[in-house]
Amino acid sequence: MTISEIKLHPIFPASSFELYVLFLCFSIWKSTLAWAKASALCLNFNCMLILLPVSRNFISFVRGTSACCRGPWGRQLDKNLKFHKLVAYGIAVSAAIHIVAHLFNLERYHLSQSEEAPGLPAALSKLGNSPNESYLNPIRTAGTNPVIELLTTIAGITGLVLSLALILLMTSSTEFIRQVSYELFWYTHHVFIIFFISLALHGAGRIVRGQTPESLLLHNVTFCRNHYDKWHAVAQCPMPRFSGKEPSAWKWVLGPVVLYACERIIRFWRFQQEVVITKVISHPSGVLELRMKKRDFTMAPGQYIFIQCPAISLLEWHPFTLTSAPHEDFFSVHIRAAGDWTEALCEAFGAQGQDLKDPCSLPRLAVDGPFGAALTDVFHYPASVCIAAGIGVTPFAALLKSLWHKCCDSQSQLKPSKVYFYWICRDARAFEWFADLLLSLETQMSEQGKAHFLSYRIFLTGWDEDQALHIALHWDENTDVITGLKQKTFYGRPNWDDEFKQIAYSHPSSSIGVFFCGPRALSKSLQRMCRLYSSADPRGVHFYYSKESF
Amino acid sequence: MGQIEWAMWANEQALASGLILVAGGIVATAGRFTQWYFGTYAIAAGVLVCLLEYPRGSRAKGSTLERCGQRYLTAVLKLLGPLSRNYYFRAALHLALSVPAGFLLATILGTVCLVIASIIYLLAAVRGEQWTPIEPRPKERPQVGGTIKQPPSNPPPRPPVEARKKPGEEDATPAGGPPGGPRVNPIPVTDEVV
Repeated sequence: MTISEIKLHPIFPASSFELYVLFLCFSIWKSTLAWAKASALCLNFNCMLILLPVSRNFISFVRGTSACCRGPWGRQLDKNLKFHKLVAYGIAVSAAIHIVAHLFNLERYHLSQSEEAPGLPAALSKLGNSPNESYLNPIRTAGTNPVIELLTTIAGITGLVLSLALILLMTSSTEFIRQVSYELFWYTHHVFIIFFISLALHGAGRIVRGQTPESLLLHNVTFCRNHYDKWHAVAQCPMPRFSGKEPSAWKWVLGPVVLYACERIIRFWRFQQEVVITKVISHPSGVLELRMKKRDFTMAPGQYIFIQCPAISLLEWHPFTLTSAPHEDFFSVHIRAAGDWTEALCEAFGAQGQDLKDPCSLPRLAVDGPFGAALTDVFHYPASVCIAAGIGVTPFAALLKSLWHKCCDSQSQLKPSKVYFYWICRDARAFEWFADLLLSLETQMSEQGKAHFLSYRIFLTGWDEDQALHIALHWDENTDVITGLKQKTFYGRPNWDDEFKQIAYSHPSSSIGVFFCGPRALSKSLQRMCRLYSSADPRGVHFYYSKESF
Repeated sequence: MGQIEWAMWANEQALASGLILVAGGIVATAGRFTQWYFGTYAIAAGVLVCLLEYPRGSRAKGSTLERCGQRYLTAVLKLLGPLSRNYYFRAALHLALSVPAGFLLATILGTVCLVIASIIYLLAAVRGEQWTPIEPRPKERPQVGGTIKQPPSNPPPRPPVEARKKPGEEDATPAGGPPGGPRVNPIPVTDEVV
């Protein structure tokens, strides 16, 4: 290796002073040090960001306090989990670059100590062998195995632990594993504690060394690099002195770690607060309604809460949308048994069996929240389209109740002039608990003369032959045979093209909010509809789409 | 935590370890590190692990999402019989494959990850889990004539559908049909055409 082969990588810091500081290091490592340092900086930045999107109380606080978080910015706050995943991918990529770069570095350190090492790197590696000399190459002896060297340094061990923690975190967080067993994902994810501790300690050994500024003032680098065999003798080249770089990762992550620690403390405090269960109702199709009361609990329609049941699991908090309206003196959630935790909850509350449970024997619940979600924006658009599939109707239940109450209260003027509501459901029995609400809403609206305010359509997408015959027999009656409402149920899936065309025609130059809660496939097609039927003219009709899902 | 299927996570972990072994092996071989021949071994071992772990086994309950294009490898794995089904064997195999790669720095991460995957497979094996291939669902052919029903067996007047159902069968609509059970007409019915 000749001096002419030593090239300084363009990523390298611009100041020429810093250039000289690391110049001698570069002669051993070529450009891989720059790759390692650049990716380390990316890693520091990403590790700082990764804890912020999962501090949900902090996000709630930001959403509540700043007025700028209405509209488009508020919608971005709803995508916090997507952002968390994106930053995680960034960490994975930067970590891969960092590890590969350091593998090359260690290999070159190792080679520079061997007998066959060429001039300058060998000379640099021998520094530190005599007393009064400071060393540059952290591998001090020739012939050792780099694996042993790795395992005897703080940076090496913490690096191995860090990469292992990252891999465990990622393999247990794939979509498949989250569906197979959410508990496995959640418990394994706590390995992040080990991750952050190792990250803070990673630079503590100060293994990356550079020439001290004082030594640089005395040591003329450009001349001395060619005369490394004369470093003692020549006046321009006194022995260079080196020192280790200070660890900096802890400065980046300290703030978010403290913030997240506060978040967990808040959750624990909420866990301590008392929640009184006032009523438990078991609906058909395995739906359980829980009505609760808690001190100082205020909510807006469309918000959701996290519920924990210590009797089932101490660490798990599960989100549920609130189905009660703000004016009611209780808050309620409707829970469907869809996994281990919800099944255990339904069983604990006696949903499965026929016997009544004694109120004192009901398990204790803890509630965290409420947390804001996009549905609170329904009142800000002049017209809104609410689409729900199956159990996804729960956020809209709260909204419709709230609308009903505002309708009764003749003082308030409602901003939205028209609300379209679509409910797509597979099972006729699931209508029962919601049908009462729609019935009272229907009568109330027609009494107040505001029957045109809410236009709703219910679509039944699954039936058997007996049901079909029954429906056909009662086709001509005034009220619908399944729901008992005046508005007839439609059968089969809605034709979204027709619906959107009609809505766009009825509201030519307004912004229309489209709110959806349900499966992903339908979400994609609705997004496509919104894009298709929004006019290119800024004064024309615009559909703004937002999706609710957990 | 009793319901967790450990084999699913072990599979993800082993697949990731295989990829990391391959990557570490490529780095060591391309960079011609000392003892780089361990790197070539790591590439071979990593590829073997990836091929073995790519086909996802089916879950004990519920449906399993297949990985893209996995049915060809599933067919190969089915030929291996008990060697692919048994998780004790997989745990031992991964442990054995990982040991030589532990001597080289570039592949040590792959080694440790594969050892962890081996431990999780051991846990899955102790709990009695087995690898079962995901069978492709037979395509539903429309049965010709399946919707053609038998003509009614009793002459008119016939009671409506609900009355014809067997007693005890649930009526699905909440409005409810007429009370179930075949009805005997209280007045004998005669043909009025004389």
